[in-house]
Amino acid sequence: MDSTQKPPARLLRTAWLPVTTALMIAAALALTFFYAPLEAQEGFLQKIFYLHVPLAIVTLCGFVYGGLLAIAHLRTREVRYDVRSYVAIHMSLIFGVCVLITGSIWAKGSWGHWWVWNEPTLDSFLIIMLLYCTYQPLRFAIEDRERQARYASVFAITAGAFVPMAMIVVRLAPQYVHPRVLSSANNLPAPMGATFVVALLAFSLLYATLWRLEVRVKLARFRLRALQRLALERAQAPLRAPLASPGAPLLVPSTASADRSSGRRRQLAERGEVIVP
Amino acid sequence: MSTLPENALSAPPRASVHQPASGRPPGAARVALILLGKELRLELRTLESVPGMALFALSAFVIFHFALNRAALQGDLAAGVLWVTILLAALLAINRLFVADAQQGGFEALALAPVPPGAILAAKAAALLIYLLVLELLALPAFALLLLAQPLAAAAFGVLATLLLGDIAIAVIGTLVSALVIRSRARDLLGPLLMLPLLIPVVIGATSALSPLLAPHAPDLSSWLSATGLRWLAVLGLYDLLFGLIAYALFEFLLED
Repeated sequence: MDSTQKPPARLLRTAWLPVTTALMIAAALALTFFYAPLEAQEGFLQKIFYLHVPLAIVTLCGFVYGGLLAIAHLRTREVRYDVRSYVAIHMSLIFGVCVLITGSIWAKGSWGHWWVWNEPTLDSFLIIMLLYCTYQPLRFAIEDRERQARYASVFAITAGAFVPMAMIVVRLAPQYVHPRVLSSANNLPAPMGATFVVALLAFSLLYATLWRLEVRVKLARFRLRALQRLALERAQAPLRAPLASPGAPLLVPSTASADRSSGRRRQLAERGEVIVP
Repeated sequence: MSTLPENALSAPPRASVHQPASGRPPGAARVALILLGKELRLELRTLESVPGMALFALSAFVIFHFALNRAALQGDLAAGVLWVTILLAALLAINRLFVADAQQGGFEALALAPVPPGAILAAKAAALLIYLLVLELLALPAFALLLLAQPLAAAAFGVLATLLLGDIAIAVIGTLVSALVIRSRARDLLGPLLMLPLLIPVVIGATSALSPLLAPHAPDLSSWLSATGLRWLAVLGLYDLLFGLIAYALFEFLLED
Protein backbone atom coordinates (compact mmCIF):
# COMPACT_ATOMS: atom_id res chain seq x y z
CA MET A 1 0.00 0.00 0.00
CA ASP A 2 0.89 3.65 0.05
CA SER A 3 2.57 3.48 3.44
CA THR A 4 5.45 1.40 2.07
CA GLN A 5 6.47 4.12 -0.39
CA LYS A 6 8.68 7.05 0.40
CA PRO A 7 6.77 10.28 1.15
CA PRO A 8 7.75 12.22 -2.04
CA ALA A 9 6.71 9.33 -4.31
CA ARG A 10 3.45 9.05 -2.41
CA LEU A 11 2.78 12.75 -2.76
CA LEU A 12 3.53 12.60 -6.47
CA ARG A 13 1.22 9.66 -6.92
CA THR A 14 -1.75 11.22 -5.18
CA ALA A 15 -1.23 14.86 -6.07
CA TRP A 16 -0.55 14.90 -9.81
CA LEU A 17 -4.21 14.61 -10.78
CA PRO A 18 -5.62 17.39 -8.56
CA VAL A 19 -2.73 19.69 -9.47
CA THR A 20 -3.17 19.08 -13.20
CA THR A 21 -6.91 19.60 -12.80
CA ALA A 22 -6.45 22.93 -11.04
CA LEU A 23 -4.03 24.12 -13.72
CA MET A 24 -6.34 23.04 -16.52
CA ILE A 25 -9.40 24.68 -14.95
CA ALA A 26 -7.43 27.89 -14.55
CA ALA A 27 -6.26 27.65 -18.16
CA ALA A 28 -9.81 27.01 -19.40
CA LEU A 29 -11.19 29.99 -17.49
CA ALA A 30 -8.36 32.24 -18.69
CA LEU A 31 -8.91 31.20 -22.31
CA THR A 32 -12.67 31.64 -21.95
CA PHE A 33 -12.49 35.18 -20.66
CA PHE A 34 -9.33 36.58 -22.28
CA TYR A 35 -8.70 34.60 -25.47
CA ALA A 36 -11.96 33.40 -27.01
CA PRO A 37 -13.59 36.19 -29.03
CA LEU A 38 -17.03 37.59 -28.24
CA GLU A 39 -19.73 35.90 -30.25
CA ALA A 40 -21.44 38.24 -32.72
CA GLN A 41 -25.08 37.66 -31.72
CA GLU A 42 -25.06 36.67 -28.08
CA GLY A 43 -22.00 38.56 -26.92
CA PHE A 44 -20.71 37.84 -23.44
CA LEU A 45 -23.54 35.43 -22.65
CA GLN A 46 -22.11 32.91 -25.10
CA LYS A 47 -19.16 32.35 -22.73
CA ILE A 48 -21.39 30.02 -20.70
CA PHE A 49 -21.05 27.65 -23.65
CA TYR A 50 -17.52 26.79 -22.42
CA LEU A 51 -18.96 25.76 -19.07
CA HIS A 52 -22.30 24.23 -19.99
CA VAL A 53 -21.42 22.02 -22.96
CA PRO A 54 -18.28 20.40 -21.48
CA LEU A 55 -20.18 19.72 -18.25
CA ALA A 56 -23.00 18.10 -20.21
CA ILE A 57 -20.63 15.92 -22.24
CA VAL A 58 -18.75 14.83 -19.10
CA THR A 59 -22.04 14.07 -17.32
CA LEU A 60 -23.35 11.82 -20.08
CA CYS A 61 -20.00 10.06 -20.47
CA GLY A 62 -19.99 9.54 -16.70
CA PHE A 63 -23.39 7.86 -16.83
CA VAL A 64 -22.23 5.54 -19.60
CA TYR A 65 -18.98 4.90 -17.70
CA GLY A 66 -21.06 3.93 -14.66
CA GLY A 67 -22.87 1.40 -16.84
CA LEU A 68 -19.59 -0.07 -18.12
CA LEU A 69 -18.28 -0.40 -14.55
CA ALA A 70 -21.55 -2.09 -13.63
CA ILE A 71 -20.93 -4.65 -16.38
CA ALA A 72 -17.50 -5.27 -14.83
CA HIS A 73 -19.18 -5.68 -11.45
CA LEU A 74 -21.68 -8.24 -12.69
CA ARG A 75 -18.92 -10.17 -14.46
CA THR A 76 -16.42 -10.23 -11.60
CA ARG A 77 -18.66 -9.63 -8.53
CA GLU A 78 -15.94 -7.48 -7.02
CA VAL A 79 -17.15 -4.82 -4.62
CA ARG A 80 -14.73 -2.21 -5.91
CA TYR A 81 -16.40 -2.13 -9.33
CA ASP A 82 -19.75 -1.54 -7.67
CA VAL A 83 -18.25 1.31 -5.65
CA ARG A 84 -16.71 2.80 -8.79
CA SER A 85 -19.97 2.53 -10.70
CA TYR A 86 -21.90 4.10 -7.83
CA VAL A 87 -19.45 6.99 -7.57
CA ALA A 88 -19.46 7.56 -11.34
CA ILE A 89 -23.25 7.92 -11.34
CA HIS A 90 -23.22 9.98 -8.15
CA MET A 91 -20.69 12.43 -9.63
CA SER A 92 -22.61 12.61 -12.89
CA LEU A 93 -25.78 13.46 -10.99
CA ILE A 94 -24.02 16.40 -9.32
CA PHE A 95 -22.54 17.55 -12.63
CA GLY A 96 -25.96 17.08 -14.24
CA VAL A 97 -27.63 19.47 -11.82
CA CYS A 98 -24.99 22.05 -12.78
CA VAL A 99 -25.76 21.38 -16.46
CA LEU A 100 -29.47 22.00 -15.93
CA ILE A 101 -28.78 25.21 -14.01
CA THR A 102 -26.30 26.61 -16.54
CA GLY A 103 -28.59 25.55 -19.39
CA SER A 104 -31.47 27.40 -17.79
CA ILE A 105 -29.37 30.54 -17.38
CA TRP A 106 -28.31 30.36 -21.00
CA ALA A 107 -31.88 29.79 -22.18
CA LYS A 108 -33.12 32.76 -20.12
CA GLY A 109 -30.46 35.04 -21.53
CA SER A 110 -30.68 33.82 -25.08
CA TRP A 111 -34.39 33.10 -25.58
CA GLY A 112 -35.98 34.90 -22.66
CA HIS A 113 -37.33 31.80 -20.90
CA TRP A 114 -35.83 29.66 -18.15
CA TRP A 115 -36.82 26.54 -20.02
CA VAL A 116 -37.44 25.98 -23.72
CA TRP A 117 -38.81 22.90 -25.39
CA ASN A 118 -37.21 23.48 -28.79
CA GLU A 119 -33.74 22.29 -27.88
CA PRO A 120 -33.64 18.48 -28.13
CA THR A 121 -30.36 18.05 -26.29
CA LEU A 122 -31.73 19.92 -23.28
CA ASP A 123 -34.94 17.88 -23.30
CA SER A 124 -33.26 14.50 -23.61
CA PHE A 125 -30.87 15.55 -20.86
CA LEU A 126 -33.82 16.25 -18.59
CA ILE A 127 -35.32 12.81 -19.34
CA ILE A 128 -32.00 11.12 -18.58
CA MET A 129 -31.68 13.05 -15.32
CA LEU A 130 -35.22 12.07 -14.34
CA LEU A 131 -34.27 8.43 -14.79
CA TYR A 132 -31.02 8.69 -12.85
CA CYS A 133 -32.75 10.51 -10.00
CA THR A 134 -34.26 7.11 -9.11
CA TYR A 135 -30.86 5.39 -8.87
CA GLN A 136 -30.15 6.23 -5.27
CA PRO A 137 -33.71 5.74 -3.99
CA LEU A 138 -33.73 2.30 -5.64
CA ARG A 139 -30.30 1.39 -4.36
CA PHE A 140 -30.92 2.34 -0.77
CA ALA A 141 -34.37 0.79 -0.65
CA ILE A 142 -32.74 -2.65 -0.95
CA GLU A 143 -31.36 -3.82 2.37
CA ASP A 144 -29.12 -6.77 1.57
CA ARG A 145 -25.74 -5.35 0.51
CA GLU A 146 -24.86 -7.93 -2.10
CA ARG A 147 -28.32 -7.73 -3.66
CA GLN A 148 -28.21 -3.96 -3.50
CA ALA A 149 -24.99 -3.91 -5.53
CA ARG A 150 -26.36 -6.40 -8.07
CA TYR A 151 -29.67 -4.60 -8.60
CA ALA A 152 -27.94 -1.22 -8.79
CA SER A 153 -25.67 -2.65 -11.49
CA VAL A 154 -28.65 -3.87 -13.50
CA PHE A 155 -30.12 -0.38 -13.24
CA ALA A 156 -26.83 1.25 -14.20
CA ILE A 157 -26.45 -0.89 -17.31
CA THR A 158 -30.05 -0.35 -18.43
CA ALA A 159 -29.85 3.38 -17.85
CA GLY A 160 -26.42 3.62 -19.47
CA ALA A 161 -27.83 2.05 -22.62
CA PHE A 162 -30.84 4.35 -22.37
CA VAL A 163 -28.63 7.47 -22.54
CA PRO A 164 -27.77 7.27 -26.27
CA MET A 165 -31.22 5.91 -27.15
CA ALA A 166 -32.99 8.83 -25.49
CA MET A 167 -30.69 11.33 -27.21
CA ILE A 168 -31.46 9.83 -30.62
CA VAL A 169 -35.23 9.36 -30.24
CA VAL A 170 -35.84 12.81 -28.76
CA ARG A 171 -33.88 14.37 -31.59
CA LEU A 172 -36.16 12.65 -34.14
CA ALA A 173 -39.32 14.11 -32.60
CA PRO A 174 -41.39 16.30 -34.95
CA GLN A 175 -41.25 19.49 -32.90
CA TYR A 176 -37.56 19.88 -33.76
CA VAL A 177 -37.90 20.16 -37.55
CA HIS A 178 -36.67 23.75 -37.60
CA PRO A 179 -32.89 24.25 -37.62
CA ARG A 180 -31.15 23.95 -34.31
CA VAL A 181 -29.70 27.00 -32.67
CA LEU A 182 -26.65 25.31 -31.26
CA SER A 183 -25.71 23.00 -34.09
CA SER A 184 -22.66 25.05 -34.95
CA ALA A 185 -20.23 23.24 -32.65
CA ASN A 186 -18.48 21.71 -35.65
CA ASN A 187 -17.71 24.91 -37.51
CA LEU A 188 -16.51 27.02 -34.61
CA PRO A 189 -13.75 29.51 -35.38
CA ALA A 190 -10.33 28.25 -34.29
CA PRO A 191 -9.92 30.27 -31.03
CA MET A 192 -13.36 29.23 -29.85
CA GLY A 193 -12.72 25.61 -30.79
CA ALA A 194 -9.41 25.57 -28.95
CA THR A 195 -10.98 27.10 -25.84
CA PHE A 196 -13.76 24.54 -25.98
CA VAL A 197 -11.32 21.64 -26.21
CA VAL A 198 -9.32 22.93 -23.23
CA ALA A 199 -12.52 23.41 -21.23
CA LEU A 200 -13.69 19.91 -22.10
CA LEU A 201 -10.37 18.48 -20.98
CA ALA A 202 -10.43 20.54 -17.78
CA PHE A 203 -13.89 19.38 -16.74
CA SER A 204 -13.07 15.77 -17.63
CA LEU A 205 -10.09 16.03 -15.30
CA LEU A 206 -12.27 17.60 -12.61
CA TYR A 207 -14.65 14.69 -12.90
CA ALA A 208 -11.77 12.20 -12.73
CA THR A 209 -10.29 13.89 -9.65
CA LEU A 210 -13.54 13.96 -7.72
CA TRP A 211 -14.37 10.43 -8.81
CA ARG A 212 -11.02 9.09 -7.62
CA LEU A 213 -11.28 10.96 -4.35
CA GLU A 214 -14.73 9.63 -3.53
CA VAL A 215 -13.85 6.06 -4.55
CA ARG A 216 -10.86 6.16 -2.22
CA VAL A 217 -12.88 7.60 0.64
CA LYS A 218 -15.55 4.96 0.22
CA LEU A 219 -13.10 2.07 0.06
CA ALA A 220 -11.22 3.42 3.06
CA ARG A 221 -14.49 3.66 4.97
CA PHE A 222 -15.30 0.04 4.11
CA ARG A 223 -11.90 -1.05 5.37
CA LEU A 224 -12.31 0.97 8.52
CA ARG A 225 -15.67 -0.64 9.21
CA ALA A 226 -14.24 -4.09 8.64
CA LEU A 227 -11.44 -3.34 11.08
CA GLN A 228 -13.87 -1.94 13.62
CA ARG A 229 -15.95 -5.09 13.41
CA LEU A 230 -12.84 -7.14 13.87
CA ALA A 231 -11.88 -5.11 16.92
CA LEU A 232 -15.36 -5.53 18.32
CA GLU A 233 -15.21 -9.29 17.80
CA ARG A 234 -11.90 -9.40 19.55
CA ALA A 235 -13.09 -7.27 22.42
CA GLN A 236 -16.07 -9.52 22.95
CA ALA A 237 -14.05 -12.72 22.82
CA PRO A 238 -12.91 -14.12 26.19
CA LEU A 239 -9.27 -13.95 27.37
CA ARG A 240 -8.61 -10.88 25.27
CA ALA A 241 -7.35 -7.58 26.50
CA PRO A 242 -10.21 -5.43 27.79
CA LEU A 243 -11.53 -2.76 25.46
CA ALA A 244 -9.51 0.25 26.57
CA SER A 245 -10.72 2.90 24.16
CA PRO A 246 -12.67 2.46 20.93
CA GLY A 247 -9.89 3.61 18.61
CA ALA A 248 -6.77 2.17 20.19
CA PRO A 249 -6.87 -1.59 19.48
CA LEU A 250 -7.49 -1.06 15.77
CA LEU A 251 -4.08 0.14 14.81
CA VAL A 252 -2.05 -2.06 17.17
CA PRO A 253 -2.69 -5.64 16.12
CA SER A 254 -1.73 -7.99 18.94
CA THR A 255 0.44 -10.26 16.89
CA ALA A 256 1.36 -12.76 19.52
CA SER A 257 -2.05 -13.48 20.91
CA ALA A 258 -4.07 -13.32 17.71
CA ASP A 259 -5.05 -16.72 16.47
CA ARG A 260 -4.47 -17.72 12.87
CA SER A 261 -7.91 -17.29 11.35
CA SER A 262 -8.57 -13.87 12.78
CA GLY A 263 -5.10 -12.83 11.66
CA ARG A 264 -5.96 -13.86 8.11
CA ARG A 265 -9.22 -12.01 8.26
CA ARG A 266 -7.42 -8.96 9.50
CA GLN A 267 -4.99 -9.14 6.60
CA LEU A 268 -7.85 -9.48 4.14
CA ALA A 269 -9.71 -6.63 5.77
CA GLU A 270 -6.66 -4.42 5.61
CA ARG A 271 -6.31 -5.08 1.93
CA GLY A 272 -9.97 -4.24 1.52
CA GLU A 273 -10.97 -7.67 0.27
CA VAL A 274 -13.40 -8.54 3.01
CA ILE A 275 -16.09 -5.94 2.83
CA VAL A 276 -19.13 -6.96 4.75
CA PRO A 277 -21.52 -4.47 6.27
CA MET B 1 -55.07 -23.03 -4.87
CA SER B 2 -57.00 -26.17 -3.98
CA THR B 3 -58.01 -26.76 -7.57
CA LEU B 4 -54.46 -26.80 -8.83
CA PRO B 5 -53.82 -30.58 -8.89
CA GLU B 6 -57.08 -31.25 -10.66
CA ASN B 7 -56.20 -28.63 -13.24
CA ALA B 8 -52.73 -30.02 -13.65
CA LEU B 9 -54.19 -33.40 -14.51
CA SER B 10 -56.67 -31.98 -16.96
CA ALA B 11 -54.07 -29.92 -18.82
CA PRO B 12 -51.67 -32.09 -20.85
CA PRO B 13 -48.76 -29.59 -21.05
CA ARG B 14 -48.43 -29.41 -17.28
CA ALA B 15 -48.64 -33.16 -16.90
CA SER B 16 -45.84 -33.63 -19.41
CA VAL B 17 -43.57 -31.42 -17.34
CA HIS B 18 -43.98 -33.65 -14.35
CA GLN B 19 -43.40 -36.79 -16.36
CA PRO B 20 -41.19 -35.89 -19.32
CA ALA B 21 -41.46 -38.64 -21.91
CA SER B 22 -37.84 -38.54 -23.00
CA GLY B 23 -36.40 -38.00 -19.52
CA ARG B 24 -35.00 -34.59 -20.48
CA PRO B 25 -36.27 -31.29 -19.07
CA PRO B 26 -38.49 -29.34 -21.47
CA GLY B 27 -36.89 -26.65 -23.66
CA ALA B 28 -36.90 -22.96 -22.82
CA ALA B 29 -39.70 -22.11 -25.25
CA ARG B 30 -41.90 -24.82 -23.80
CA VAL B 31 -41.18 -23.69 -20.24
CA ALA B 32 -42.05 -20.14 -21.24
CA LEU B 33 -45.37 -21.32 -22.70
CA ILE B 34 -46.17 -23.24 -19.53
CA LEU B 35 -45.33 -20.23 -17.36
CA LEU B 36 -47.44 -18.00 -19.60
CA GLY B 37 -50.31 -20.45 -19.17
CA LYS B 38 -49.86 -20.19 -15.40
CA GLU B 39 -49.90 -16.38 -15.53
CA LEU B 40 -53.05 -16.28 -17.63
CA ARG B 41 -54.79 -18.90 -15.52
CA LEU B 42 -53.93 -16.92 -12.40
CA GLU B 43 -55.30 -13.75 -13.95
CA LEU B 44 -58.48 -15.49 -15.10
CA ARG B 45 -59.09 -16.80 -11.61
CA THR B 46 -58.24 -13.71 -9.61
CA LEU B 47 -59.07 -10.99 -12.18
CA GLU B 48 -56.58 -8.74 -10.45
CA SER B 49 -55.14 -6.75 -13.35
CA VAL B 50 -57.18 -6.43 -16.55
CA PRO B 51 -60.57 -5.34 -15.16
CA GLY B 52 -58.88 -2.74 -13.00
CA MET B 53 -56.89 -1.45 -15.98
CA ALA B 54 -60.02 -1.22 -18.13
CA LEU B 55 -61.97 0.63 -15.47
CA PHE B 56 -59.01 2.96 -14.93
CA ALA B 57 -58.85 3.72 -18.66
CA LEU B 58 -62.54 4.50 -18.76
CA SER B 59 -62.26 6.81 -15.75
CA ALA B 60 -59.25 8.48 -17.33
CA PHE B 61 -61.21 9.24 -20.51
CA VAL B 62 -63.97 10.84 -18.42
CA ILE B 63 -61.39 12.82 -16.46
CA PHE B 64 -59.72 14.02 -19.65
CA HIS B 65 -63.10 15.10 -20.99
CA PHE B 66 -63.74 17.30 -17.99
CA ALA B 67 -60.15 18.41 -17.42
CA LEU B 68 -59.67 19.51 -21.03
CA ASN B 69 -63.28 20.63 -21.34
CA ARG B 70 -63.63 19.09 -24.78
CA ALA B 71 -66.39 16.94 -26.19
CA ALA B 72 -64.23 15.57 -28.98
CA LEU B 73 -60.50 15.27 -29.53
CA GLN B 74 -58.43 14.94 -32.67
CA GLY B 75 -54.87 14.94 -33.90
CA ASP B 76 -52.01 15.11 -31.43
CA LEU B 77 -54.33 15.83 -28.50
CA ALA B 78 -56.23 12.60 -29.15
CA ALA B 79 -53.00 10.63 -29.59
CA GLY B 80 -51.60 12.06 -26.37
CA VAL B 81 -54.71 11.32 -24.32
CA LEU B 82 -54.88 7.76 -25.64
CA TRP B 83 -51.21 7.09 -24.89
CA VAL B 84 -51.14 8.65 -21.46
CA THR B 85 -54.16 6.57 -20.54
CA ILE B 86 -52.63 3.32 -21.80
CA LEU B 87 -49.33 4.11 -20.10
CA LEU B 88 -50.87 4.84 -16.71
CA ALA B 89 -53.17 1.82 -16.96
CA ALA B 90 -50.13 -0.33 -17.76
CA LEU B 91 -48.45 0.86 -14.55
CA LEU B 92 -51.24 -0.78 -12.58
CA ALA B 93 -50.45 -4.20 -14.06
CA ILE B 94 -46.68 -3.65 -13.87
CA ASN B 95 -46.90 -2.92 -10.15
CA ARG B 96 -48.63 -6.24 -9.59
CA LEU B 97 -46.60 -8.35 -12.02
CA PHE B 98 -44.23 -10.02 -9.55
CA VAL B 99 -46.08 -9.44 -6.29
CA ALA B 100 -47.54 -12.95 -6.14
CA ASP B 101 -44.15 -14.50 -6.91
CA ALA B 102 -42.43 -12.46 -4.22
CA GLN B 103 -45.04 -12.95 -1.51
CA GLN B 104 -46.28 -16.49 -2.11
CA GLY B 105 -43.06 -18.30 -2.87
CA GLY B 106 -43.15 -18.22 -6.66
CA PHE B 107 -39.53 -17.15 -6.92
CA GLU B 108 -38.38 -20.02 -4.70
CA ALA B 109 -40.37 -22.50 -6.77
CA LEU B 110 -38.87 -21.15 -9.99
CA ALA B 111 -35.39 -21.31 -8.50
CA LEU B 112 -35.89 -24.96 -7.56
CA ALA B 113 -37.22 -25.93 -10.98
CA PRO B 114 -34.81 -25.93 -13.93
CA VAL B 115 -36.30 -22.78 -15.44
CA PRO B 116 -34.04 -20.56 -17.56
CA PRO B 117 -34.33 -16.83 -16.72
CA GLY B 118 -35.11 -16.01 -20.34
CA ALA B 119 -38.22 -18.18 -20.13
CA ILE B 120 -39.48 -16.29 -17.08
CA LEU B 121 -38.83 -12.97 -18.80
CA ALA B 122 -40.60 -14.10 -21.97
CA ALA B 123 -43.58 -15.48 -20.06
CA LYS B 124 -44.03 -12.38 -17.90
CA ALA B 125 -43.59 -10.00 -20.83
CA ALA B 126 -46.01 -12.01 -22.95
CA ALA B 127 -48.56 -12.00 -20.15
CA LEU B 128 -48.21 -8.24 -19.80
CA LEU B 129 -48.54 -7.83 -23.56
CA ILE B 130 -51.73 -9.87 -23.54
CA TYR B 131 -53.17 -7.78 -20.69
CA LEU B 132 -52.39 -4.64 -22.68
CA LEU B 133 -53.96 -5.99 -25.86
CA VAL B 134 -57.11 -6.99 -23.98
CA LEU B 135 -57.15 -3.56 -22.34
CA GLU B 136 -56.94 -1.89 -25.75
CA LEU B 137 -59.64 -4.15 -27.12
CA LEU B 138 -61.90 -2.63 -24.48
CA ALA B 139 -60.49 0.89 -24.22
CA LEU B 140 -60.12 1.71 -27.91
CA PRO B 141 -63.85 1.41 -28.73
CA ALA B 142 -64.63 3.36 -25.59
CA PHE B 143 -62.15 6.05 -26.64
CA ALA B 144 -63.65 6.23 -30.14
CA LEU B 145 -67.13 6.43 -28.68
CA LEU B 146 -66.46 8.95 -25.93
CA LEU B 147 -63.75 11.27 -27.15
CA LEU B 148 -62.68 10.78 -30.75
CA ALA B 149 -63.96 13.31 -33.27
CA GLN B 150 -64.11 11.00 -36.28
CA PRO B 151 -64.53 7.25 -36.85
CA LEU B 152 -61.47 5.17 -36.13
CA ALA B 153 -62.07 2.47 -38.74
CA ALA B 154 -60.31 4.30 -41.58
CA ALA B 155 -56.98 4.32 -39.80
CA ALA B 156 -57.37 0.99 -38.06
CA PHE B 157 -54.25 -0.73 -39.42
CA GLY B 158 -51.87 2.08 -38.58
CA VAL B 159 -53.35 2.48 -35.11
CA LEU B 160 -53.12 -1.23 -34.39
CA ALA B 161 -49.53 -1.51 -35.63
CA THR B 162 -48.46 1.47 -33.51
CA LEU B 163 -50.25 0.16 -30.44
CA LEU B 164 -48.74 -3.30 -30.84
CA LEU B 165 -45.17 -2.04 -31.11
CA GLY B 166 -45.69 0.38 -28.23
CA ASP B 167 -47.22 -2.39 -26.12
CA ILE B 168 -44.21 -4.63 -26.71
CA ALA B 169 -41.96 -1.86 -25.39
CA ILE B 170 -44.17 -1.37 -22.32
CA ALA B 171 -44.26 -5.12 -21.72
CA VAL B 172 -40.49 -5.65 -21.97
CA ILE B 173 -39.48 -2.57 -19.97
CA GLY B 174 -42.29 -3.16 -17.50
CA THR B 175 -41.13 -6.71 -16.81
CA LEU B 176 -37.53 -5.62 -16.32
CA VAL B 177 -38.42 -2.70 -14.05
CA SER B 178 -40.95 -4.71 -12.09
CA ALA B 179 -38.34 -7.36 -11.34
CA LEU B 180 -35.84 -4.63 -10.50
CA VAL B 181 -37.98 -2.97 -7.82
CA ILE B 182 -39.72 -6.05 -6.40
CA ARG B 183 -37.11 -6.56 -3.65
CA SER B 184 -37.01 -2.93 -2.58
CA ARG B 185 -38.99 -1.42 0.24
CA ALA B 186 -40.78 1.27 -1.77
CA ARG B 187 -41.59 -0.75 -4.87
CA ASP B 188 -45.02 0.78 -5.49
CA LEU B 189 -43.41 4.18 -5.70
CA LEU B 190 -40.16 3.24 -7.43
CA GLY B 191 -41.72 1.18 -10.21
CA PRO B 192 -43.60 4.07 -11.86
CA LEU B 193 -40.72 6.48 -11.22
CA LEU B 194 -38.36 4.20 -13.14
CA MET B 195 -40.88 3.28 -15.82
CA LEU B 196 -41.93 6.74 -16.94
CA PRO B 197 -38.55 8.13 -18.09
CA LEU B 198 -37.71 4.85 -19.82
CA LEU B 199 -41.01 5.03 -21.70
CA ILE B 200 -40.79 8.67 -22.80
CA PRO B 201 -39.14 7.65 -26.12
CA VAL B 202 -42.04 5.22 -26.63
CA VAL B 203 -44.53 8.01 -25.98
CA ILE B 204 -42.70 10.24 -28.47
CA GLY B 205 -42.71 7.54 -31.13
CA ALA B 206 -46.26 6.34 -30.60
CA THR B 207 -47.91 9.76 -30.40
CA SER B 208 -45.94 11.00 -33.39
CA ALA B 209 -47.11 8.01 -35.39
CA LEU B 210 -50.72 8.25 -34.20
CA SER B 211 -51.42 11.97 -34.41
CA PRO B 212 -51.77 12.19 -38.22
CA LEU B 213 -54.02 9.11 -38.14
CA LEU B 214 -56.36 10.74 -35.62
CA ALA B 215 -56.39 14.12 -37.41
CA PRO B 216 -59.56 15.34 -39.18
CA HIS B 217 -58.42 14.27 -42.65
CA ALA B 218 -56.62 11.05 -41.90
CA PRO B 219 -54.22 9.97 -44.66
CA ASP B 220 -54.63 6.53 -46.16
CA LEU B 221 -52.24 3.80 -45.14
CA SER B 222 -49.60 4.14 -47.84
CA SER B 223 -49.30 7.92 -47.61
CA TRP B 224 -49.15 7.69 -43.80
CA LEU B 225 -46.41 5.09 -44.01
CA SER B 226 -44.35 7.07 -46.47
CA ALA B 227 -44.84 10.37 -44.61
CA THR B 228 -44.01 9.59 -40.99
CA GLY B 229 -45.54 6.25 -40.13
CA LEU B 230 -42.82 3.92 -41.31
CA ARG B 231 -40.10 5.93 -39.63
CA TRP B 232 -41.84 5.85 -36.26
CA LEU B 233 -42.78 2.19 -36.54
CA ALA B 234 -39.10 1.50 -37.23
CA VAL B 235 -38.06 3.58 -34.19
CA LEU B 236 -40.52 1.73 -31.97
CA GLY B 237 -39.46 -1.64 -33.35
CA LEU B 238 -35.80 -0.85 -32.78
CA TYR B 239 -36.53 0.32 -29.24
CA ASP B 240 -38.39 -2.95 -28.59
CA LEU B 241 -35.49 -4.96 -29.95
CA LEU B 242 -32.79 -3.12 -27.99
CA PHE B 243 -34.65 -3.27 -24.69
CA GLY B 244 -35.52 -6.91 -25.36
CA LEU B 245 -31.81 -7.67 -25.65
CA ILE B 246 -30.94 -5.64 -22.55
CA ALA B 247 -33.66 -7.31 -20.51
CA TYR B 248 -32.61 -10.76 -21.76
CA ALA B 249 -28.99 -10.12 -20.83
CA LEU B 250 -29.72 -8.72 -17.38
CA PHE B 251 -32.74 -10.66 -16.18
CA GLU B 252 -30.78 -13.56 -14.72
CA PHE B 253 -29.04 -11.22 -12.27
CA LEU B 254 -32.39 -10.28 -10.77
CA LEU B 255 -33.39 -13.87 -10.04
CA GLU B 256 -30.31 -15.10 -8.23
CA ASP B 257 -31.71 -15.21 -4.74
